[in-house]
This record gives sequence, structure tokens and C-alpha cells, in this order.
Amino acid sequence: MSLLELDDVSVTYRIAAGEVPAVRGVSLTLDSGAALGVAGESGSGKSTLAMALLRLLPGDARVDGRILLGGEDIAAMKWGRLRAVRWAEASIVFQGAQHGLNPVRRIGDQIAEPLLVHGLAKPEGARKRVTELLEQVGLPAWRARSYPHELSGGQRQRVMIAMALACSPRLIIADEPTTALDVMVQAQVLTLIKELVAEHGISLIMISHDLSVLADVCDQLAVMYAGRVVEHGPSAQVFHDPRHPYAKALAAAFPTVGDPASRMAPKGLGGDPPDPMQLPTGCAFHPRCPVALPECASTDVELWPAGPGRVAACVHVRAKEDAS
Amino acid sequence: MTETQTPAEAVETSRPTLLEARDLRVEFSSRGRRARAVDGVNLAIGKGEIVALVGESGCGKTTLARTLLGLERPTAGEVRFDGAALDYRARALKAYRRQVQLVLQDPMGSLNPRHTVYEAVAEGPRIHGLADEREVVSTALSHAGLRPPDRFFLRHPHELSGGQRQRVVIAGALALDPKVLIADEPVASLDASVRGEILALLLRLRAELGLSALVVTHDLGLAWNIADRVAVMYLGRIVESGPVEQVLTAPRHPYTQALLSVLPESPERVVLTGEPPDPTRIPGGCRFHARCQVLASGRAAEAGVDGRCRSEPPAVLPADAVARAACHYAEVTG
Amino acid sequence: MTSLAATRRRLALSRFWADFRTHRAGLAGAVILLVAVLLALVAPLFISENVTSVVEGTGQKFAPPSLAEPFGTDESGRSILLMVWWGSRTSLLIGFLAALLSVVIGLVVGVAAGHFRGWLGGALMRVTDWFLVLPSLVTALVLAAILGGSTLTIVTAIAITTWPSTARLIRAQTLAVEARPYIERSKALGAGHWHITTRHVLPNVAPLLLASTTLEVASAIVTESTLAFLGASANKTSWGTMLRASYDFGAATNAAWWYILIPGLAILIVVMAFTLMGRALEAVLNPQLRRKA
Repeated sequence: MSLLELDDVSVTYRIAAGEVPAVRGVSLTLDSGAALGVAGESGSGKSTLAMALLRLLPGDARVDGRILLGGEDIAAMKWGRLRAVRWAEASIVFQGAQHGLNPVRRIGDQIAEPLLVHGLAKPEGARKRVTELLEQVGLPAWRARSYPHELSGGQRQRVMIAMALACSPRLIIADEPTTALDVMVQAQVLTLIKELVAEHGISLIMISHDLSVLADVCDQLAVMYAGRVVEHGPSAQVFHDPRHPYAKALAAAFPTVGDPASRMAPKGLGGDPPDPMQLPTGCAFHPRCPVALPECASTDVELWPAGPGRVAACVHVRAKEDAS
Repeated sequence: MTETQTPAEAVETSRPTLLEARDLRVEFSSRGRRARAVDGVNLAIGKGEIVALVGESGCGKTTLARTLLGLERPTAGEVRFDGAALDYRARALKAYRRQVQLVLQDPMGSLNPRHTVYEAVAEGPRIHGLADEREVVSTALSHAGLRPPDRFFLRHPHELSGGQRQRVVIAGALALDPKVLIADEPVASLDASVRGEILALLLRLRAELGLSALVVTHDLGLAWNIADRVAVMYLGRIVESGPVEQVLTAPRHPYTQALLSVLPESPERVVLTGEPPDPTRIPGGCRFHARCQVLASGRAAEAGVDGRCRSEPPAVLPADAVARAACHYAEVTG
Repeated sequence: MTSLAATRRRLALSRFWADFRTHRAGLAGAVILLVAVLLALVAPLFISENVTSVVEGTGQKFAPPSLAEPFGTDESGRSILLMVWWGSRTSLLIGFLAALLSVVIGLVVGVAAGHFRGWLGGALMRVTDWFLVLPSLVTALVLAAILGGSTLTIVTAIAITTWPSTARLIRAQTLAVEARPYIERSKALGAGHWHITTRHVLPNVAPLLLASTTLEVASAIVTESTLAFLGASANKTSWGTMLRASYDFGAATNAAWWYILIPGLAILIVVMAFTLMGRALEAVLNPQLRRKA
């Protein structure tokens, strides 16, 4: 059975000016121990989706569709159950490692807090567990006595991961976990996340705008644009041979050093991400699409099969599949 | 607005030097200690050349950029523009501003939220009392790819997308008709799909206006995308520099090798350990030796340079276009 | 260009008005103030300074409120109503002038202290702190005593003791603005101190300043009354001097409650109105409170 199942999930924000559809009918599944990457740029709905998974959205957001975590409907959970789930089964690592920590409390106390609050450990046991967790994320045990400001950005992000791991969750949701970090530190954190997935059987949903990072860590990749998944499949295939023109653009945005094709030829997309209040008709990507056809402005695109285990929402993909 | 079709240009090897740092040192006092943010740097930017200055946060690359702009005064050494040392008197400095301009990382923060696009771009021309302000603003906006320009005049920054904001910042710099752009992480806070567009814009400005650029970044892919030459900075000093093709495909300094190895696509990773570099405590000998994987693996000892790595600082690299690495091991092994 | 910019400004103003209107209490304060200021301005059309003259006092001494004298009379038979009306001119004038002077000093010192980081900023802050810890009432009394009693003296005495808090507020806001990258960009464009402070810092501190000025007027009116009550006055009838007179001439022992109550109420209402409006302005204009959306 899959650990997480999203069935036609939509998220709509109600604001004074009207309704803003941030996520529009996303269906995804995540198996135990698998790693799924969600790629997209700001406004694509990827972070909203992550928040919806643990019902962390503000009150003005309406969630439609079903989100099943371990077969249990998130929307139907009572408050107490939800709290337990947030710590013990799924936890989230945000990008702002600087702001997620309380500046006036020691690291060790902050990591131990959920354990003590949920009665999962006595103070003595919690201390042992903190040492264990710090070790797992590659920090020396004495760091438990440090305050956040004594740590570097990378170390703080490790502490955030240790906090997420504290109650041994089955799923970790990482929202841009390495964005503000240096390349070397980013590599360290990514290696750590990969190890956690591989060695501890923890499932992972990682969100980023950098397709190359996601392809490196995850087995499956979903690319989102304007609130929809536009391509989904095994990550190596999506990254190296994307079918959707938007996925192509994302894959080309971060060049491979040494690749003569990208030398002196940075690749980008014209135009800007659409305003969710005024989505283009037909395929939401058509105004920026380099290979758009006249029909794209009116055809309602959906995810069509694009090879074994792959889907993509593009009329070219449908044409190709029809032909073959 | 698509600029991705800019053809790859042949890289010229020697261009007359326009902007230069000579033996530049910049020190600060940080928590009672001296921080040597820039600790002996030679760097030259030729006419119409794009140079990438690559390094991690805290390596001094932003301080170096600010010093080249004249926003920071060097403790020792000098900044030279067009063959003359930079004059720090108010009038001369103001004149210098028309030659060398700045583009910052965060386009939202770089624009005063109360000012319209027109006011933001006209700020430079107004400070310098340029004639035909409206014409200058229009031209600058068109050059930056915001066309037709008058459609953007009265917009406020919050009504624009990230890419458009960065174009406004670039237009603001272009309005002074500078010779050099210094861009500090120009695409780091932009969306992936917009990134290429802004980089292509820098290439196009070079082709159309002959603009030189120093792009400060932590992103080696960016250097590969647009730079002619690259300089890799570590703890206040340039440890390797040269043409992009050479430095990024056949790096000689262990630090450059490590930086390249952690890119997602690379086959084998060298993840550096040890304390993050601290400019108030620069190690003796080679400043990289404490984290150096070549020294740690014993290869330096095999080559018989391990003693020198620990005690003798490598010479400061000269500012020329030849590929060079400040490394005892690379020197011996070739 | 200019007409479009004017349209924008008008739009911003109407947006401000729409926001301000939602603050009922602030709106009430504004209306009360408007009435008070108008009354003070038109007073010379109906009455003259004669109403405060002892010689002109024709009525009964300490007459309680009646139909003829709605607020009663004082020890010389002068009408309290007319005196309060005329006195509002002095009270409001001193309030506005003192607040203005205090805010101008505070603005200049605050912006300079925030903008010039070196020794100048440090020195300015030392001076500000020194003034801040002075017991303001005593200082004002001493100043008024030394300089002699005139409107200008009282204004100066109040302003000198109140500017440091404005300076601190403005300095904090200046530091916040100057930390923004657009200041760095502006410097790189060649901007000097004047350009940065007038184009970037001032527009950012102006809303804060407006709100703080409003509150400052209220406190200046109270200070003026206090000073007058303690005997340092501009030798003109104000609400403060009336209170002082009611005390001097034993209004309490003569059971002339109206003599104390009416000037006191006048102070209370006007100060309350300024405070309500100041708070509302703060809520509407302060970017920190506003940028939640």
C-alpha cells in the first residue's frame, strides 16, 4: 500500500479580490521508502501542496479532493490526531533554517521538545536520543549545548533535519531544504538526506526549483506549472529526456558544466509565470511555450501517457502516443 | 523577450584591461578581531569581457566587488580604471559611478517600493543631471528588454515579476551608460525559467553595447553559461583563475576540483569537511591546507610538497588571462 | 508624466482615506480636532482678548452655571465659557508650535544619527540620550524661569525636553531603511548624503513622523498646562493658566467646581482627540503594522 495518496487535490485561497486557485487537481502517490521530487517555480503551487499534506494552510485556503496518509484521510482527522501525525508520521523541513529555531534555547532542548511533549521519552532517554540524532545528521554531541547563533547555516539546516527526525517519522517533506546554502554545504545536506532515505527507509517529498538537485536525490519527479502537474515520471528520464516543454526549460536552466551546448548559451523561457487569478485558457503554459500550436489556446490538456511509467500534459505528447 | 538565441561567441584571449584590482587588501574589525576579507587580490576585467568571480559565502567576493565599485576603501593596494588609480574624492568618485555600475542579488530589495519603474531608472540620470531624462530611461528599459518602455513607467516594483524587477535594476544601471557592470549573484533569487533570460541579457548587452561584466556568484553553472574567464576565490584570495573552458573542465586547484565535484551531475564527490572558512582566522601556509583533500589523501606528501603546503603560502596570482592555480601541488605536478 | 504621477498620488490619498475611515475612534478624534481648531481660528470674529480682562469682568463673582452664563464665572466675574474659548487659541498654538519644533529637531538629529554611522552619529546619540534622561518637567520649568514668560519660551522649553524620543524613533527607522539594498544601489548610482536622506529615508519616515507629531501635540498641550499650573506661563490666558487661577483664587473652597472642571475637560477632550487620531494614523501608516497583507 502506498504511504501517501493524493487524489485530485485542489487548493483555493479566498481573498478579497476573489478566489485564487493555487493547486488544481493534483493526483500523486508515494510508496513507503520512496523519494518524490516536486519541481516548479514560485507560484506553481508546489509549496501550497506541501503545506496541504499536513493541513498547515491558513484558514482562507480551501482544500478539495482527498489526501490519504497511511490510508487515513487527513481532512477527517481530529486535531489531536493531526498533531500526533505531524510529529510522529510526517514532518516538514522548511527552507528558512535561520528562522525555524528559537534563538534563546539550546539546540538539544529544541530537538528533545517533541519527544518530551508527546511523552515518547523521559528526560534521560531524550538526551540519549538527541545525541543519536545529532550523530545521524553529522554533528558532534556537544553541539546540543549550543545556541542557534553559534552554528553556521548548514549546521542549522542539519539541526532542522534532526528535529524532523526526532519522532522517527515515516515521511519527511523538505521544502527547498538547500536553497540558502553554499554549494559545499548544499552537497553535504543533500548527501545526508539521501542517506536517510536509503538507510532508514524514510519516505521523502522534496520540493525545489532546481531540477538537477531533485533528480540527484529522488526516484520520481513531478513538475508543476500553474497549480498542475505537467509531467511525472522516473527522475532520470524526466531530467534527461523531458517531454513537456516546461520541464525541458527547467532541465536546461541549470547547465551541466563542460557541456558545449550550454557554453555561452544560457537557456531560459520568455515571459513570466501566469497570474493564478487570470490563468490562460487551454494549456496554461501556451503563452510561454516555444512549441505551442494554435489549438493549445483552447484544448484542455491532461496528463497523457508518455512512455512506461511516465505522463506529460502536452498535446505533442498525445500526438506522439497516438501515432505510435 | 526571448533572448536565448544569442549565438555562442568566440572568446578572445587578450583584451585591453579596463578595470583592475592590484594587490588589493580590505580589512574590517569584526568582534574585536581583524577580518582580512580581501587578502591580496589581483584581478583584471578587459574591455567587453565577462569575468565570473566564484566562491562560497564569506570568501570575500562581495567585499572585493564593493571595493571595485569604490563603495569600500582598500586597506592596501589599489583599484585601477582605464589605466588610472581610483580617486576617492567625492567628485571623482561620482564621475567613476558613471563608468562602473552595480546589479544586486535581490531585485525586490534593490528597488525602493515607493518608487515607480520610471523613478527607479531615472534615479541615476537625475543624480548626475543628465539631459533628456525620459529618452535615457526609455532607451535603458528597451536595452534591458522591457518593451515598449512606456508601458512600464508607472508600475511599482510589487506589480512586476522577479525577472522584470531585475531588468529594471539592470536598466537603472544602463541609464548611466557604464562600461562595466558588477553583478552580485544576479540570478540567485530568480526563478529557474527566468534565470537563463537574465544571463542571456548580460551576453546581449556585451554584444550590443560592448559592456564588460564582473559576475559574482557561487554558481559554477552560471560561469559556464556566460563568462569568458573565471576566478575562484577562497578566504580572501584568488586560488585559481583562467579561461572558463580550462578552469572548469580541467581544474588544477583542489578547491576548484571540490567545488566542481559536488555539482549534481558529477560522478565522484569530494565533500570538504572541517570548519567553515573564517576571515578572522586565516591559517598559515596555504590557506586551504586544513581542508585540502589532496593533502589529506597523502598525494601532496607523495609529491613532496606537504611541508610547503603547511608552512609556505603560495604566491599571489597575477592578473592575466593565462590559467593559473595558487597551489604547490599543482605547480609540481603540472 | 506629471499628470499621471498626480493621479497616482490622488489614488494613494484616497486609499489612505479609505483605510483611515475604518478607524472609528480616529475619525471621531479628527472631527473633534477640526471643530476645536476652527473654533479657535474664528474666535476673533466674535470675541476679543477683552473677555480675559479683569476690568471687563462684569458679572457676579463665582456665579454657578446658568442660562446667561452656561459655564459660570470666575473670581472676577468673567465668563468661563468665553475664557475657555479664547484660551484654546493659546493652548492649541503652543501645542502645535512645540510639537512642530520638537519634531523638526528630532527629525534632523534622528536622520543624521542614523545616516552618519561614524563619530558624528555616535556623538548625536550621546547628546540625545543625555537629553532623554533629563527630568523634563524640571528642565522645562527652569528654562521657562530663566528665559522669562512668553509664548516662544514655553514652546522652546517644551520642544527641548521632548525631541529626544522623536529622534530615537526616527533614528531606528532610518537605520532600518538604510539597511535595504536599494540604498546600496543608490550609492552605486552616485547618490550623496542629501539624495539618500531626502529621496529614500525621508519618504519612509514621513508617515511615522506624522503619527508621532499628532501624539506630540497632545503631550505638548498637557505639558503647557502643567507648566502654567506650576507657575511658568506665557502670561496669556490658556487652559493651564485658568486651572492655575482656579487654584490661586480658591475655587475649590468656594465650591466653584465649574471653574476647575471646564478647563480640565477642555484639555482632556482635545488631548484625547489628538491621541485617538495619532493612534489611528499610526495604524494606517506604519508599514510594519500594515504589511501583514
